[in-house]
Amino acid sequence: MFDMLQYAFIQNAFVAGTCVAIVAAMMGYFLIVRGLTFAGHALPNIGFAGAAGAVLLGIDPVIGLLAFTISAALAIGILGKAIRERDIAVGIIMTFALGLGILFLSLYSGYAERVYSILFGQIVGISQENVLFTALSSFLTLILLLILYRPLLFSSFDPEVAEARGVPVNALGLAFLVLVAITVSIAVQIVGALLFFTLLIGPAATTVRIVHRPLWAILLAIILGICYTWLGIFFAANGTWPVSFYIATISFAVYLPIRLLSPLWIGQRARKNMSMKQGTLSPGFQSSEDEQNDATKVSGRISGISR
Amino acid sequence: MFNVLQYDFVQNAFLAGSLIAIMAATIGYFVVLRAQAFAGEALADIGFAGATGAAILGISSLLGMLGLTLLAALGIGALGERVRGRDIEIGMVLSFALGLGVLFLSIYIQNGANANAGVSVLFGSILTVTRRDVIITLITGSVTLLILTFLFRPLLFASVDPEVAQARGVPVRLLSIVFLLLLAVATAEAVLVIGVLLVFALLIAPAAAAERLTHQPLTAIFLSVILGLTFTWGGLILAFVGTGNHLPVSFYISAMAALTYFASMLIARFRSPRRYRALPHPNREHMPVHTHRRGKNGVFRHI
Repeated sequence: MFDMLQYAFIQNAFVAGTCVAIVAAMMGYFLIVRGLTFAGHALPNIGFAGAAGAVLLGIDPVIGLLAFTISAALAIGILGKAIRERDIAVGIIMTFALGLGILFLSLYSGYAERVYSILFGQIVGISQENVLFTALSSFLTLILLLILYRPLLFSSFDPEVAEARGVPVNALGLAFLVLVAITVSIAVQIVGALLFFTLLIGPAATTVRIVHRPLWAILLAIILGICYTWLGIFFAANGTWPVSFYIATISFAVYLPIRLLSPLWIGQRARKNMSMKQGTLSPGFQSSEDEQNDATKVSGRISGISR
Repeated sequence: MFNVLQYDFVQNAFLAGSLIAIMAATIGYFVVLRAQAFAGEALADIGFAGATGAAILGISSLLGMLGLTLLAALGIGALGERVRGRDIEIGMVLSFALGLGVLFLSIYIQNGANANAGVSVLFGSILTVTRRDVIITLITGSVTLLILTFLFRPLLFASVDPEVAQARGVPVRLLSIVFLLLLAVATAEAVLVIGVLLVFALLIAPAAAAERLTHQPLTAIFLSVILGLTFTWGGLILAFVGTGNHLPVSFYISAMAALTYFASMLIARFRSPRRYRALPHPNREHMPVHTHRRGKNGVFRHI
């Protein structure tokens, strides 16, 4: 049963999948708290159109992916300021890109396999080079995210106050979207648009309902993401069905009971937190106050979600 | 040029395309108003699972899509209510639905079918619509529009100002579930024309563009229907008449839709906001304009 691990292609899948899962889980947390779930769905699909264009021109798909996702990320950042408008802007940008995608595909013969491999991924079947490239770029992305961590968190939870404190909120938002776009471009070729979206949203959506500290939520999301990926590859290697199906199903199966049961603990915690904040907050200890504020805001936001 | 109209498949394409464009544009107006664009996207992806599942079972893909999207609409309606956070639930349902779709597709291909079947679901297949599909579309479309006509006023009220509507005794929750069901029907049928990935071109783009150009609900719906019909007919005509290499209908439709939306954004931006101050409204002169954003039926939302 475990002897499948001897095969190089299974090892490659495990390593590349793990790298993508780690970056995706951390990024997904920010996407969720910033209300950008739809953009997380749209960017991989937009990347698919870019890859189709690159294949048509006979250049490396990564170039097409990067060109399309980065310009789409900038467009989303600029056009979609208000949440109401943003979903529509995102959706129409995606439609435009995918319309171009179908145009490229119809001009290019030999059609279906290419679509499927980018949309639905083929994590079992990547080369050693791909793995190295993925690992390296995931590492770089992770470092960039860690550098942006505090200001990004601040501006995600309370953009007005962050702006007043001198955090460049708009620039940060754009930088984050561009970072997502770059990650998408690298990851989509490895795991496919669908699976990347699942790894992006699934773990983080589950953990924001369990833990309320951002750091713990992110760490737990990373662990969950890695578990999903390993289990998915394991099942797929032993079974006949595609990896993306297994991972999407596991992620949904973990999320659903937690989503349904979370009102039991989220409401209580928010109330407890509120009273704690009014009672025992010690002034003058800036960092702990900030942390406490973060925590209250997360749980407040989540209790807003939960009803 | 007009002799293509003799062919059965061309007639079917025009009939189904027009019916669906009208329905999608009308429902789309409320989707834009209620900020439920992402739900429309998710329902389309669920339609993908429905269509591929139906292909395995050997039934019509339209029926498969209708079945699953209606089910999912009930699920989404039951799970999420608020705008904030609802997108997470929708995203989870969406990723699960896509996973199922991939599974069905791979089973279907393993059974020895042509892999292009899935592509036609993803990018639309209006040229393969059958007469039976046209009839199903006609029936479901008229029922949907009929229900929408009956619900028009309360739904508009609940969409523009849910709190006040609730206070006035409008059953907001029930309306929102009924609306999701209508949206499910419209989405499933729009997928037939333009495909899972491009459903926004018929569902959202006409309404979003119309809503930027006029703030009167009825005018906006009318304009949205006209835009939807223009995109569909334009796409079909360009695909038949256009250059020799037969570019896909979906490409033309989505390109026109997106460009129209971008144009409407520009127009709305450059048009003077003073225009709205001239609109008559009770007690208006006693209030400063900027504190009075939302008039009757959301007329002043864009100031």
